Amino acid sequence: MEQLLNDFLLSKAWYFISARGLTAIVILMSIAAYAVLLERKASAWIQGRVGPNRTNHPLIAWIPFVGTFLQKGGFIQPAADGLKFLFKEDPLPGHVRKTTYILAPIIALAPALLALVMLPFGRLPTGEVITLCPGADIGVLFMFAISSLGVYGIALAGWSANSKYPFLGAVRGSAQLISYELAMGLSVLTVFLATATPDQDNALSLVSMVDAQKGVWNLFYHPVAALVFLICIFAEANRHPFDMPESETDLVGGFHTEYGSFKFGLFFVAEYSHMIIGSSLFIVMFLGGWHFAPGVPTVGDGLIASLFGVAWFFFKLCAFLFFFVWVRWTVPRFRYDQVMRIGWRVLLPVAVLNLIAYFIWYAVKG
Amino acid sequence: MVTDNKPSLVTLNVDGVEHQVPAGANLVDALAKIGKEVPHYCYHPKLPVAGNCRMCLVELGSPLRDRATNELVLENGKPKIGWQPKPAIACATTVSPGLHVRLESPGVKACREGVTEMLLLNHPLDCPICDQAGECKLQEYSAEYGRGASRYVDEKNAKPKHTRLGPRVTLDDERCILCSRCVRFTAEIAKDPVLGFVNRGSYNTLTCFPGRELANNYSLNTVDICPVGALTSTDFRFKMRVWFLKQTASIDTESSAGANTTVWSREGKIYRITPRQNDAVNDTWMADSGRELFKAVDAPNRITRATVKTSAVTLDAALTAAAEVLAAGPLAIVGSAHASVEEQRVLAHLAKQKGAKVYIPAHRGAGDGLLVSEDRSPNFRGALVTGLTDHAADTDLKALAADIEAGKVKSVLIIREDVTACGLPASTLAKVRSVVLATHHDVTTAAAEIVLPVLSVFERSGTFVNCQFRLQAFAQAVPGPAGVLPDLLVLAKLAGADATSIWSDLAANVPALAGLNGALLPAGGVQLDGAAWSAVPFPEGKLLKFAPVAQA
Amino acid sequence: MAIKVVERRPLSLAERTYLPQILAGLKVTWDNMMRPAVTLQYPEERPTIPNGYRGVPTLVRDPNGREKCVSCQLCEFVCPPKAIRITPGEIAPTAANAHVEKAPQEFEINMLRCIYCGLCQEVCPEEAIWLQSQYSMTGTNREMMVNNKAKLYELGGTLPDSHYKWDRKKAEAERQAESGH
Repeated sequence: MEQLLNDFLLSKAWYFISARGLTAIVILMSIAAYAVLLERKASAWIQGRVGPNRTNHPLIAWIPFVGTFLQKGGFIQPAADGLKFLFKEDPLPGHVRKTTYILAPIIALAPALLALVMLPFGRLPTGEVITLCPGADIGVLFMFAISSLGVYGIALAGWSANSKYPFLGAVRGSAQLISYELAMGLSVLTVFLATATPDQDNALSLVSMVDAQKGVWNLFYHPVAALVFLICIFAEANRHPFDMPESETDLVGGFHTEYGSFKFGLFFVAEYSHMIIGSSLFIVMFLGGWHFAPGVPTVGDGLIASLFGVAWFFFKLCAFLFFFVWVRWTVPRFRYDQVMRIGWRVLLPVAVLNLIAYFIWYAVKG
Repeated sequence: MVTDNKPSLVTLNVDGVEHQVPAGANLVDALAKIGKEVPHYCYHPKLPVAGNCRMCLVELGSPLRDRATNELVLENGKPKIGWQPKPAIACATTVSPGLHVRLESPGVKACREGVTEMLLLNHPLDCPICDQAGECKLQEYSAEYGRGASRYVDEKNAKPKHTRLGPRVTLDDERCILCSRCVRFTAEIAKDPVLGFVNRGSYNTLTCFPGRELANNYSLNTVDICPVGALTSTDFRFKMRVWFLKQTASIDTESSAGANTTVWSREGKIYRITPRQNDAVNDTWMADSGRELFKAVDAPNRITRATVKTSAVTLDAALTAAAEVLAAGPLAIVGSAHASVEEQRVLAHLAKQKGAKVYIPAHRGAGDGLLVSEDRSPNFRGALVTGLTDHAADTDLKALAADIEAGKVKSVLIIREDVTACGLPASTLAKVRSVVLATHHDVTTAAAEIVLPVLSVFERSGTFVNCQFRLQAFAQAVPGPAGVLPDLLVLAKLAGADATSIWSDLAANVPALAGLNGALLPAGGVQLDGAAWSAVPFPEGKLLKFAPVAQA
Repeated sequence: MAIKVVERRPLSLAERTYLPQILAGLKVTWDNMMRPAVTLQYPEERPTIPNGYRGVPTLVRDPNGREKCVSCQLCEFVCPPKAIRITPGEIAPTAANAHVEKAPQEFEINMLRCIYCGLCQEVCPEEAIWLQSQYSMTGTNREMMVNNKAKLYELGGTLPDSHYKWDRKKAEAERQAESGH
């Protein structure tokens, strides 16, 4: 059993790799689906409503207490939503560029799934890192590179829809990504400046990043970088208050105006996947990864510590997703020019100054 | 003396503004002509003046003249006006040169308010159930000239609400304002004086003479002229509010008098027919019999499908079959004086094209000297004008029957006529191939090989020529049954003619219609020159506005 | 009118970062999250209908059971979406309310067209049509959404009458008939 788990997590045999990939997709999809539920519930609470509490299946409703609980909590709702996306008529408008139109949602979702490969969730008692792609040492670079590709989905969707609002949304999405990518990279650089030493192996590995936070979390060493990074992941995930590509008040539905049914569903999942990727990166880099608390890396030992670490990581992820939702239903959307100004005239200089300050600090300190 | 037809004008001063009005006109009419309304109930331009409602009280005056010198008396350089000390009724006043009228003075307003309040004292105010609501003068004037509230504190008089005056007229005595229009109409126009007032004061009541009833063929005109809801049409009573009804100008088809009518319809259903004023034809009257013609539109024997040998087929198939029948052999055409001018013209072309002999059955009845003539078809003169025939209508079709029996005629085209009622038995008709255009099933359609459904006068538009040779237009009031084409299109398809250019043909090739367009006729119609047909013996006697030309 | 120019206070550095404002906003929404939901769970819980609520239009009878509508068709005329369709008719002379003379033969309100504006109630000279507290009209086909006369009277019931206009008129006519006129 332990051997099987070990193989599943670490083996480089193709079927284990495939199984890990499938697992990643299943995990991501279900987290994304329940993130939607969280979104709907949290928005309802904020607005004094109840949120989804009607959907149920007769077989589940029949179970005493549990059935009622699942219904009131809306836990069946994501399944219903998913089925709805799956079974709705899938229209192909006559005026679109068909190849790219069909390709766009796939291109939007694929990078999000791919980026997940590098994410470390925890550590086995043997010291191996629980991840889908063990041993990779360029985690951060890979994740940045791949997750940025998601904007190609938006750009292609807007372009192939062959209609003005999607096009405007796509242009905004591309510009926004470029603007915030810079500040994001610079803010992360300070963290690496602190954690990585010259001639160190795995300098860009996320695992070593987490390991460096056994004591004090990076959040406390690099608060400015954390803030810039936080704002940037909001922008990168196209979340409120930065949801320029969608911006339904001025762009109808933004880049996915012309999309419906399952193709729209893919964009939907992609958006939440980007939230998950962004949140995970923030947790890994600033909130100590699977470590319990600053100065308290683990609880228990052996297998329990490992399982707790993974669970704790997911707890942090959920909390962070809730934060995303909470912000969305609090802060109104920025204007497009404000988004650009914040990106170029505030975040970029702040990130640069922050980097220079740390340069000087380390230079003086030696 | 006046030499031209235009009446000479006199100057009338209304509320300080001078207007030119025709001399000798009634003051109410003269003011209406210049756009000033004088409220009135009892006055009717086509009836003798009674002057009993007092609603049209106005202040009158004229320039003063010095008795000694007969010079105008001036005041501030203008002629001084001598105003009559008491208001006078406009309806009994004839305009005279220099007449001054006040319509808006406080005195006149007080008069109107007083009269209106008086009239409403015992009025039941049951407008919600009153059929006159919407076209009620009392309602309109009360809103316009009334004082808005009553000071009357006693209980109103109760009178009979549902009196049968005749077979077609119901009286609501409470609503009557005793204007006596109906009394004058029955006495002066219908020459059947049966109405009168009994009792006095508040109990004054309209009633029929003992043992009589309002049963003449013009009784419903009293309903039209009743300014309130007292006289109501038993047929139209409680059927529909008038404000929902669409009005369409039409022509009474019951006789060649050609009374102008208004057809009142809502959503494709006709509710009533009323006369339309045409001073050259029918003034403001029409016969009761003509008001019921619309009921044929929804009659159960209405034809809605084309049939070939009694089996229903599509119109196209029936037209193809009909064209084949018309080409089958020597053709005879039974035209109709019920068809419009346009249809008769197409038919005339078809007759010429096929070399067919044309018969037009005559419809005769007793004339009443007013608006129902001896010729009970609306458009026999049209058949003459369009060249469909050149002689009087055929009293029967025995000649055609003889031709059929003799084998000289192999096919017959029948338009809107029940030939079996004109001396052509169904058994004879069965011996030839026949095409019938008809609106209702009858013996002829039962015997015919091909029946093509057509539209009634209410469902199509066109023109008729009445007994005075007056060309008058009728318009489509309601849509016909689904899939049924107007006669003109059916005939045009049979004749291979273009239905849209029919009036350019008529205007160019018929001298009497030169320069006319049936779609653009004035409301009162156009008088044609009928001198060319003075030799034709017409059956009509004297009518309201028609006198027969003495036959040579 | 005097114009008072209000100087706009320049924003402080903290305000210009937006961050304190966003945090304040987050607190507001957090507080909201802690409050109970105000949602009415509709099919299980029903709202209390206030007086004067404009629900489904209905026809009413007076306390003597007389149908008040006299089919004057003013509501049909005033109805902006043309939802009302009346077939007027005469009351049989033998009927108890023959003195009213006129009543609707059929009265249909198409609830798919009705916009609940209440103009029919406002225009009715007989106070016969009332928008009452019924607010939920459902049906599985179009025909079910057309309320006919029977349904309208069933929905409407009886409302108090302050005039008894027609009954008083009838009584007065009878009184006058007895006294000789």
